[in-house]
Amino acid sequence: MAEPAIVIIGAGPAGVRAAQALADAGIRPIVIDEGRRSGGQIYRRQPDGFTRSHATLYGTEAERARALHTCFDGLEGRVDYRPETLVWHISDGQVWTLGPDGHQSIPYDALILCTGATDRLMPVRGWHRAGTYSLGGSQIALKAQACAIGSQVVFLGSGPLLYLVAAQYVKAGAHVAAVLDTAPFAARIPALPKLLAQPAALWNGVLLTRTIKRAGVPILHGVTPLDITGGEEGSGAPDGAGVDTGPAARDGRSSSRAGTVDTGAVSGVTVRTADGGERHFACDAIAMGHHLRPETQLADLARCAFAFDPAVRQWLPVRDPDGRASVPGVYLAGDGARILGARSAEASGRLAALAALTDLGFPVASVDLASLRRDVATYVRFASGLAQAFPWPVEQAAALPDDAIVCRCESITAGELRATVTDTGAQEANRAKAFSRVGMGRCQGRYCGLAAAEVIAAAAAIPVERVGRLRSAAPVKPISAGSAGKAGA
Amino acid sequence: MTARFVRLAETDRPALTLHVDGAPVTALAGDTLMVALLTSGATLRQSEFGDGPRAGFCLMAACQDCWVWTEEGTKLRACSTLAESGQRIVTTEPDTTWPNQQ
Repeated sequence: MAEPAIVIIGAGPAGVRAAQALADAGIRPIVIDEGRRSGGQIYRRQPDGFTRSHATLYGTEAERARALHTCFDGLEGRVDYRPETLVWHISDGQVWTLGPDGHQSIPYDALILCTGATDRLMPVRGWHRAGTYSLGGSQIALKAQACAIGSQVVFLGSGPLLYLVAAQYVKAGAHVAAVLDTAPFAARIPALPKLLAQPAALWNGVLLTRTIKRAGVPILHGVTPLDITGGEEGSGAPDGAGVDTGPAARDGRSSSRAGTVDTGAVSGVTVRTADGGERHFACDAIAMGHHLRPETQLADLARCAFAFDPAVRQWLPVRDPDGRASVPGVYLAGDGARILGARSAEASGRLAALAALTDLGFPVASVDLASLRRDVATYVRFASGLAQAFPWPVEQAAALPDDAIVCRCESITAGELRATVTDTGAQEANRAKAFSRVGMGRCQGRYCGLAAAEVIAAAAAIPVERVGRLRSAAPVKPISAGSAGKAGA
Repeated sequence: MTARFVRLAETDRPALTLHVDGAPVTALAGDTLMVALLTSGATLRQSEFGDGPRAGFCLMAACQDCWVWTEEGTKLRACSTLAESGQRIVTTEPDTTWPNQQ
């Protein structure tokens, strides 16, 4: 029979292992990736001319990163690799790409989506200010460009990435002013049995915390972020020490600390501590985030069914244990399907490729499948422990001040979104988007969508699953109108 | 203007010069435009909705907060575009022309 056309989207851990499994079966898959080089975000490679070692870049995961990079480099000639190429639409059994050679549409027999993740963000008043970055972004600045995002950095949010990136900054010689975790420390205790599914990862977490503390960086648990303040750059305490501030220090949307001029850029962050006090940390940069969220736009355009997962309060594409989506011929793997981490992505990528091979009539060893399924199940258990230990702070959405911006793209406030809910009765995500424009901006809802759903749910007093999810629209990222006109040419 | 990003390593790369808003800026080979601009200044652009300066957010080509432009008007994502010698970048959008008005 003719060789089936199998398209893999994404060249991170899942995509690379899927490509390897297919190449080993004698198939030459097309691997499309937005990145300049393979590795995805987690094992992102630095540009040519950079000299830091794998150990410096990837720490405890150095050997895994090296193995993945070596694996993909070894597939040269056995895969049709298309870097720096955006898949901007999927329809009629074809993927629509825009790359260095312009537009193309590629028909497929099987499609393996390894689209990865972006940061999940809970807005804080002032998070639109210059100097606020996503946690993942702050890590990329270091990993791919050897830069810190500022001269005094506060890490704010929750989840393992908070501690990982803070520790990486400390080791690289950056000045970290504080690590502010919204999760109460006690939340970790009931999560322990699940976290023990990955004892090495748990131990890594302990070591990361030790690295941060040994550098003299304060770690606060159970904080409630109140305000990211703006002011003259470099103003405030140079040692990053927290100082008590009264509510008077926060005077609204353009709040600035007394004696400084509000330049619009970050000057610090004020939080309520677990004991009910208030502390201000001076800084010129903030890295913030609460775990990750899968990039599911392409699964949506491929018409995959989604289901609400109450553990992570997100709508996720439905798949069977091997990665089969609800649409025949479409497979989902890695963090693009569900946030289970890089190690799990390697297993689920291979598993999805084996599922595709099985469905196309190729022989696949059942022992291999069983072992991969067991691996993934372990990561599922660990991830559910993480979700419990570092919960998504739903209550922050309900408590977000009316003057806080929810949508950074178009500068739309929580008050404006709530008014949409009360004035128009819009309680469904896409309807509220149409009236308020929240989710309609240049990020297409990636960074505001989940928090906006929580704001709407709180305002309408309904469960967040009833708000639904933002529908994806092509192009999934902005492309120029001129280039879209040439589509299919 | 004070720099925003701080270089922690990899500073032995060859230097290159580009122009930002008409002024020469020195960067290193392998820098993204974002790093070139934010190691020489504090912001990338002004929010078009009047809420102040922006300096990028996600660094992984997802949020589109880091748009800058060539002097000819081509929009560039600063986080995923490499700095190159001789580039002429502007941080405010040049006069917009729509394809149907060309």
